[in-house]
Amino acid sequence: MNKRVIWTFAAAAAFTASVFAAQELSAPLRDKWTAQEVAIIASMRLKVAGERPAELSNAYELKTEAATLGRALFNDTRLSKNGQVSCASCHSATGQFEDGRQFGQGVGTGKRRTMPVMGAAHSPFLFWDGRKDSAWSQALGPLEDPAEHGGNRVAFVQLVLSQYKARYQAVFGPAPALGKLPENASPNGTDAERTAWAALPEIARDGVNRVFANMGKAIAAYERNIAYGESRFDQYAEATVRGDARGQESLTPQEVRGLRAFLNKGQCVTCHNGPLLTDHGFHNTGVPSIDPKNPDRGRIEGLKKLLKDEFNCLGPYSDAKLEQCGELQFLNTNDTGQLGAFRTPSLRNVAARAPYMHAGQFASLDQVLQHYATSPKAAIGHSELARPDEKHAERQTIRLSAADIQDLAAFLGAVTGPVVQPK
Amino acid sequence: MLKRMTISAALVTAALMTAGCMAPPKNLDLSLAKKSASGVYQVELLPPAQAPAINQMHSWKVKLATAEGVPVRGAKFLVDGGMPQHGHGLPTQPRVTREMEAGTYALDGMKFSMTGWWEMKLAIDGPQGADKVTFNTMVTNPSAR
Repeated sequence: MNKRVIWTFAAAAAFTASVFAAQELSAPLRDKWTAQEVAIIASMRLKVAGERPAELSNAYELKTEAATLGRALFNDTRLSKNGQVSCASCHSATGQFEDGRQFGQGVGTGKRRTMPVMGAAHSPFLFWDGRKDSAWSQALGPLEDPAEHGGNRVAFVQLVLSQYKARYQAVFGPAPALGKLPENASPNGTDAERTAWAALPEIARDGVNRVFANMGKAIAAYERNIAYGESRFDQYAEATVRGDARGQESLTPQEVRGLRAFLNKGQCVTCHNGPLLTDHGFHNTGVPSIDPKNPDRGRIEGLKKLLKDEFNCLGPYSDAKLEQCGELQFLNTNDTGQLGAFRTPSLRNVAARAPYMHAGQFASLDQVLQHYATSPKAAIGHSELARPDEKHAERQTIRLSAADIQDLAAFLGAVTGPVVQPK
Repeated sequence: MLKRMTISAALVTAALMTAGCMAPPKNLDLSLAKKSASGVYQVELLPPAQAPAINQMHSWKVKLATAEGVPVRGAKFLVDGGMPQHGHGLPTQPRVTREMEAGTYALDGMKFSMTGWWEMKLAIDGPQGADKVTFNTMVTNPSAR
């Protein structure tokens, strides 16, 4: 028509052509991504996680009766020294299956941040330091931890066999004959409890361990049914993969800017990748220490505990065959990078569960993002983050502006979905 | 105005390509068959037939031969590696568990925790002496559609 319209059209066409030439695009969407970015976004969709493969060391994991028993145990406050602490005390089903506190509060005060139960079933290692290699053996840790349930296995086993005997036997078969047991005994307890434990005949100790392990297996069967649900990000990701322009409106433009930063400048996807937004690995990112004189050594200590754990994949109470314990068989015990390293948490529903990091060091996502923008020196070990004053041939510093941080925080809010759990 | 738009599009593209760990170094040697560092051995890495999922344990094979191409039996290996762009090592400790046939060894316990550029380093101790070799591999997501 007139010159201006023609010129504008030509300019727009040329601009589009130059953008197309530089990037591979699949469809004319509101938000444009490279083919590589689309592949990464596709890999972050929750549905890609699929059904978690069975935990081979727990033969009861898929049994409904085991899950029902496990749910009852999960909520039973009698499974504690003072009769007031159950798993649910810190892993509350009304929220994110955690407690919103800096430190777990059981019989005493813990040293670390309570982790949510969702997604745990997908991880080869549990706890911030990875000292357990299955959900069922993880459940046994807090039960005997003096700051958490403060109990001991002999007391627990006697309670389960008196209060839950029929349900226990319906799942696990006849309970072992344990003979006369003291009220309290455990290899992990007080001096008196250890002495009482050592005095028990081997056959009784093995029987107690067997029932104790089965308690964990029932709890794990229940926990397997607690999962993350889809978020607006998942709708956006699916739409982007399918070339559905309308579906991209699931995220606001600010949230999309946040996603761009997540994949690029922020380098978040380095570790927060895959459908659960975690690589299930252990990394030192220089998170500040609660006690600078005594920094938490993280995974390095967790590894030692894992290898000694009688309830690990290779132990006598595991239902897995030797060759099915690949993670333990090929455990990396020589990586100095594991000093001060902690498990990458899933970022699903992260906006709903402040505070953050292994000892709840950061009260808000803003503070977390500031931490990455600063990339401080590690309190112990070496941070994987390139420091602003260092020159790395291969690594780049994370550079985030104040606006980037706001955008990232907005994006992280869009990763919140429902918690799927048994009614 | 058109020129400005084109330049800004190009800059955006360049920024995207160099940001984070999206781009490995140019000219990365991705060859899976090469001489060891001092030329003592020829080494070939064979990946599994089906590309493993991220975080899935899997095995490779190592074929070891003299510089002249004669299969080497009874060698010992130490395996190391990681992601140079991210400052971390391998998530597991892979090792050669057995010799499958003359000069072909099973490399078990491999796992990649994310996509991108990984180094696989072998320290070799065989009848012809000790040497080492580094391989690069680009790990991608098996199609996730």
